[in-house]
Amino acid sequence: MSAAARPPAFPVSWPVRIAWAGLALYTLYATSILNLTWARFLTGLDNGAKFLARMFPPNMAADKLDLIATGMAESIQIAVLATFFGVLLSLPLGLAAARNLAPKWLSWSARGLIAIFRSFHPVIVSILFVKAVGFGALAGILALIVSSMGFVSKLFAEVVEEMNPKQVEAVRATGASFWNVLVMAVMPQVMARFVGLSVYQLDSNLRNSTMVGIVGGGGIGAPLFTAYQRFDYDVVLTILLIIIALIMVAELVSGRIRRIFQ
Amino acid sequence: MSAPASAPRIWQRFTPGERIARSLLYIVTVVAVVWSIKTIEIIPEFLYDAPEQTADLFKRMWPFDWAFYPKAIHHALIETFHIATLGTILAIVLALPLSFLAARNFTANPLLNLVAQFIFVSSRSVNSLIWALLFVAVFGPGALSGVLSIAFRSIGFVGKLFGEALEEAQRGPIEALTAAGAPKSMILVKGYWPQVEPAFWSVVLLRWDINIRESAVLGLVGAGGIGVALDAALNNLYWDQVGLILAVIFTVVVLTEIVTSFIRSRII
Repeated sequence: MSAAARPPAFPVSWPVRIAWAGLALYTLYATSILNLTWARFLTGLDNGAKFLARMFPPNMAADKLDLIATGMAESIQIAVLATFFGVLLSLPLGLAAARNLAPKWLSWSARGLIAIFRSFHPVIVSILFVKAVGFGALAGILALIVSSMGFVSKLFAEVVEEMNPKQVEAVRATGASFWNVLVMAVMPQVMARFVGLSVYQLDSNLRNSTMVGIVGGGGIGAPLFTAYQRFDYDVVLTILLIIIALIMVAELVSGRIRRIFQ
Repeated sequence: MSAPASAPRIWQRFTPGERIARSLLYIVTVVAVVWSIKTIEIIPEFLYDAPEQTADLFKRMWPFDWAFYPKAIHHALIETFHIATLGTILAIVLALPLSFLAARNFTANPLLNLVAQFIFVSSRSVNSLIWALLFVAVFGPGALSGVLSIAFRSIGFVGKLFGEALEEAQRGPIEALTAAGAPKSMILVKGYWPQVEPAFWSVVLLRWDINIRESAVLGLVGAGGIGVALDAALNNLYWDQVGLILAVIFTVVVLTEIVTSFIRSRII
């Protein structure tokens, strides 16, 4: 017996190789389509140096900080209210979308609604709300409520579909009404995950509330965009640093909260 | 006979500490919501005509300006697709080495772990639209800024999730390869990669799906794609064009979701 009869330890998989080659070819093709050239990148780097030089040091003037604090507070308020109402509304919507609880017609229409809510970026939704209710925080809140409902109800419906049906059957067998089944059998099983989702959504709403201001939806985005358009890049940097700090704190806090409710 | 315990034992679901923490959280939630409602600035005058404005919005959107699609939207749509895909590819290229640095079982250096984690958090904290603002200031308006902002926003997402998948990798195959004298690069390719490949593709697909959505709005600040057309239509108050663009975005997003869930069920 020769050693040649032994199969190689790691056989070559041609489909995988072809897929990687295809990805590489696509990258080249798309770069040429989009006109991304190395020369342009280098010119940009040059600009970038100037840009960074104008950003540093961050502007810490008292009047600017005042403005930023107001904007930041508004962003936080937008995030809190959008999460609160979005999550509250997701509770019925998610239950309606769960195929093991709701009748077919209801779950399909709820799913359609969720799909619509999910497919539009919060910024696009806030553009529409700015037109409907005018500039300001309300437009941002409504937009983020819509996106919160999209995210939380979709995942909440999945959680409800995965729950243990035995407890539901047991409670139903006692002759409980639908409402009692919901409160006694469904909610105790899914509440922890629901709180986890809500906290995650608060996190993501905080991120998004910094952005809706760019299109007039209130919050820190408005002073950020104004500073950007006036080339006050040092103020832009201050705002960015504060946003990053806030998000980091929020991430720590939300991790803690999720552990409490596990 | 054992004494019937002085009182029947009371079972409680949570420890006192847990109960305090929970009640505190409820209180904090209520306080935060009340504070927000009391202090947020909402101009009620704007609200009076909100129903009319909304009706007006939809009335002006329909019928769509179909002629606008071949004129401006189609090209921008293709560009959006390329921005999202290229941005995702670039993000993978940048995030992979970082996620190996962040994985504590692969890199046994707390400082390097921390640096990688910090890069991930900063990348995720800055919204893609804000990344786009920065890149437009540096590289000028156009697709290049869009690709870079998509990539920089995705680094944190891909890197964090992929790094976590790496940390969950089984020690067995890696120890076997080490014992056989495999170099570090082979340990990576034959020890870690087969274990984390499904996680890798699912993270990438998820991010690509998100990036298609996000790249549609980058044009609002000039970073290329269908958002540029949307911005122009909005500024000109051509709501019939806005409506068409929104319908197109909706279609594309739904198609992407169908495609990604199909790939996911086939591959992973």
